[in-house]
Amino acid sequence: MTASALILLAAAAYLLAASRDRRGWSPLRTGMWLAGCAAAALAAALPLAVETGPILHMAQHLLLGMAAPIGLVLGAPVTLLLRTGAPAVRRGAVRLLRSRPLRVLSHPFTAMVLSVGGLYAIMLTPAHTAAAHGPLPHGLLLAHYLAAGYLFTWSIIGPDPAPHRPGTATRAAALAAAIAAHAFLAKYLYAHALPHGHDPETARAAARLMYYGGDAAELVLACILFGTWYRRRARAAGRRAAPPRPAVGRAAP
Amino acid sequence: MGGESGRRDEAVPDPRRSSLAAGVIGVGTMAAVDEVVFHQILAWHHFYDRSTADAALLSDGILHAGELLALAAGFFWYADLRRRGVLDRRAAWGGFALGAGIFQLFDGLVNHKALRLHQVRYGVDTWPYDLVWNLAGAALALAGALLIWRARASRGRLREARR
Repeated sequence: MTASALILLAAAAYLLAASRDRRGWSPLRTGMWLAGCAAAALAAALPLAVETGPILHMAQHLLLGMAAPIGLVLGAPVTLLLRTGAPAVRRGAVRLLRSRPLRVLSHPFTAMVLSVGGLYAIMLTPAHTAAAHGPLPHGLLLAHYLAAGYLFTWSIIGPDPAPHRPGTATRAAALAAAIAAHAFLAKYLYAHALPHGHDPETARAAARLMYYGGDAAELVLACILFGTWYRRRARAAGRRAAPPRPAVGRAAP
Repeated sequence: MGGESGRRDEAVPDPRRSSLAAGVIGVGTMAAVDEVVFHQILAWHHFYDRSTADAALLSDGILHAGELLALAAGFFWYADLRRRGVLDRRAAWGGFALGAGIFQLFDGLVNHKALRLHQVRYGVDTWPYDLVWNLAGAALALAGALLIWRARASRGRLREARR
């Protein structure tokens, strides 16, 4: 209930800000944000994992940790905030983007450890049963999936300005590490029919869902990462090929 | 990736980069074919087989990450070479076949035999399958290497003639 209200609020705030952008905000970005909100809402609407076992828990992880962040990151909410926020808000956002803690936290490898490492901690320890202890632990678990997934996705394909974002090679390496760690965990859970306490066949079905669902999301991330490289190279080549602009009304250097 | 980028007016086909970019696509494509045809459609291979050690699962995961990234990176690298007009088609086809063949051989020798991740097919004598699998991989790799060699040789002759 609370989750749906929060998601609805996020969608409404974004739409309000987009409508206030005088330069005209991209409808594609708005669509991405709304799609991300829809994926998050779908995950929040699934019943508590305690009643449904590992398959729905895995579906929630995939939707919140991998699918929803792609839409929410491509919606470029930070850019929207920088364009439409009040001056004080904008200054605060720029300071935050430049700050050292954010720089460390949003490094692709830090984000990868928080996101995939968190998943190891949840799936291989009793933490995954936390969801059984009521709505608050369950909500915290889901919030962790979304926050860590968003941070990692942003560090790999974030379109928002980030003064210290590492280059394509570093980001590709972090993505490779994340894919390998995710695939290994999925097959490990499959091999040992983990987590315990469920019917082994159900646990294996959940692990298979994790493996193939993860693949789909990671392929999308890889295509966006290298697609951005491809477009940036075109722009760089265009700048080199274009003749120097005539210096109208300016003294020659 | 990439390196120096020539301007379009002086673009010269680049057989080395063309075969590398397409080779990366070849590796990724063969891995995808393996996954889709043998795992999903024929269900000859297993997702995991009971005798697999955890260390082999880790190598499988790392390989899987490489394949997935190779497919995406290769396509955009290839597109970039095409856009800059430096793509050498013959070298690219050669690279594709070489990459696909090398993956097939690697899968057949290391994954199936050394790591015993899974076998080509279950419930049958595996050696004819292994033989066909690895011979096909070797033939692909050889054909690819030949194409690259010929593409590089003819580029070399062209450069000689221009001098």
